[in-house]
Amino acid sequence: MHFGPHLLLAALEGLVTSAVLALTALGLSLVFGVMRVVNVAHGEFFMLGAVLAWAITTAIGGHPALGFLAALVIAPLIVGALALVAERLVLRRLNYNPEATIVATIGMLYIIQQLALTFYGPEARPVEPPFSYRILLPWFGYSGYKLSVIAASALLLLATWLVLTRTKIGLVMRATQYDSETAQAFGIPVGRVYGGVFALGAMLAAIAAVLIVPISQAHYLMGQDPLLLSFIVVIIGGLGSLRGTVVAAVLIGMSDGIISMFFSPTLAKIIATLLVAMVLVFRPQGLFGTASR
Amino acid sequence: MADRNGFFDLSKTALTRRTALKGLAAGAGLTVAPGFVRYSQAQSSAPIKIGFQSHRTGIGAAYGRWYEKTTAAAVKAINAAGGINGRQVEVIIEDDGTDPGRGAEVVGKFATQHKTDIVFGTLFSHVVIGSAPAAGENKMPYFVVSEGHHVASTKLNRYVFQPGITDVKSQIQSMAPWIAANAGKKVTQIFPDFAFGYDHRDYLPPALKAQGAEVIAQIAIPPTESSFTKYFPQIPAETEVIYHVMVGPAVLTFVKELGEFYGSNRPQLFGFIDSLEATDINSPGLEFLDGSHFWEGSPRYAQADDSEAQKAYRAAVGIDDNGAAVGDPKDVSTAAHMFGCWETLYVVKKAMEDAGYKGPEDRAKLVEATEALTAFAEGPEHPQGPKTFNGKIHQCFGIQNISKVEGGKLKVVHKTKIEDGLYEAEGDYTTQAL
Repeated sequence: MHFGPHLLLAALEGLVTSAVLALTALGLSLVFGVMRVVNVAHGEFFMLGAVLAWAITTAIGGHPALGFLAALVIAPLIVGALALVAERLVLRRLNYNPEATIVATIGMLYIIQQLALTFYGPEARPVEPPFSYRILLPWFGYSGYKLSVIAASALLLLATWLVLTRTKIGLVMRATQYDSETAQAFGIPVGRVYGGVFALGAMLAAIAAVLIVPISQAHYLMGQDPLLLSFIVVIIGGLGSLRGTVVAAVLIGMSDGIISMFFSPTLAKIIATLLVAMVLVFRPQGLFGTASR
Repeated sequence: MADRNGFFDLSKTALTRRTALKGLAAGAGLTVAPGFVRYSQAQSSAPIKIGFQSHRTGIGAAYGRWYEKTTAAAVKAINAAGGINGRQVEVIIEDDGTDPGRGAEVVGKFATQHKTDIVFGTLFSHVVIGSAPAAGENKMPYFVVSEGHHVASTKLNRYVFQPGITDVKSQIQSMAPWIAANAGKKVTQIFPDFAFGYDHRDYLPPALKAQGAEVIAQIAIPPTESSFTKYFPQIPAETEVIYHVMVGPAVLTFVKELGEFYGSNRPQLFGFIDSLEATDINSPGLEFLDGSHFWEGSPRYAQADDSEAQKAYRAAVGIDDNGAAVGDPKDVSTAAHMFGCWETLYVVKKAMEDAGYKGPEDRAKLVEATEALTAFAEGPEHPQGPKTFNGKIHQCFGIQNISKVEGGKLKVVHKTKIEDGLYEAEGDYTTQAL
């Protein structure tokens, strides 16, 4: 294949990766930014989203688009509710202590993963895309659904940004992130904000998973890669920075797509990890993060 | 942390001399109690313990589940017919997480803790390779159902056997003539980047060359990969056949993306069903496979010419005509491989009977008795077909099926002969000390 089409294919693949990664990493970034909790179970909320999407589409049947739309609404709500319960039962009781919550979320990771194995099983199960349109380019064919994932993710990111910067909820969240004690002194119900943010973070991961599941499949181990990549993105972009998360996701996704296509996927991972090391050494707060006070 | 409850305060929990004596007396009493020594007095009545190293979790979990079902069915049949040497068979399952390190630990656990007579049942090649040294060190006969060439390569040790399923080198060699004659001469290989894939990487090119065909590109894919479109530009345009072996949960994505990439204008496809074991061939996105060909060890779908033994085996394991669990059409089996568990257990039975096996002290005799076996006739004990066994390389050789995807089913279109897959032995395990 010639260089031009090859690069186009690489860029498209990279954009799909970026789109899903941005949503997942944003969830992780929000939780850390506002609550200072490193949520190691984030990838499992992603996995739960995909598994629930399979369950919902299977239960509904009929036209694939019907089940998919239902999954897009219901799966994140269930995952959000679960996250809320986990936050109330576990994280709150640990007083959001940074070390304790890391250990607790590692525990949650295993519990969720093994419950999925027990009740859903070890198989990878497919979800039918809402539409299967194949875009025919002169050099190769490409999935129309993949392009729509990029668009949907961009819309969702925009919506999250609007909520964070233009609404009262966003204001309250930002205030809590900036200084939770002062926020509490001003009458902001910090406990409820924490619960809401943790649920929102999990829901973003679940939405990303529902979007990706017609491309890949629902599998109980699928949360591991997104977790690792999300951490990379969040460290590079700066914890708690929406803009940084999106930029870093596009950077990592595109470099992954292009480097792994022209060289090797292993090299792409090496470079991403090297980038993380560089950022940690030269700009520990991340590209767009603000230095901690 | 303050020790508020005094857990660590020895003055409160120290043993008195009297309690210590009581405990000792109770312990001594237990060991002489009649129930405790039941088996050591009457060895013939104790069950034969088979340690099953199962992929219950990890990427092999779907295989593990069906290997367990097949094993349970075989053990039930063996026990109903009187067991082995008049003793019942008991299976003890340990999960290896489809992980080589854990696999070695599991073998050690079977040897020292469960004290099983043999270890059995491993599929994934990296787990077999990782566990084999532990089996050798513990002098524990280790019967794998793995398909890889590692046993027959004689790179493992004298305690490792693969008597129930043909190895990849032999499979490839026996199918290469069909591929070259029916699919095409210019072949691009896509294989997973670990041991099992390397067998395909190393043995397909010479096998095809012998048939006047050639491998023009080899694409290795990391086993954890979840997206494949980025590899497809490496497939040369003149490719006539894509030979794909992709084990892992992402295989549906692989097929779907291949479909999107090529559309209806695709090269011929020849694959190992390994990729699609436990997966419904009618899953969304797999329409692209229609008309393509697969290797199958044992056919998933019931065939018109199935033997009575094959029918009885399918009924015993509980799979329907579509190769799915009876009563749950969505629960598709790993039919192409799991027959190996059934057949291996019958080989173990035969070898134990030949050796007059009584207990772990006879393990060396069991190894020699297994090595003395030469052939297994087709029948209820070997429903997949007849096999020969080479005791020097601990490997069996059977027939292979090439099936075509037609109307949402797999139909066997070619069966190889045992002779097609025989090759020069690369070594001799029997020269190793026991």
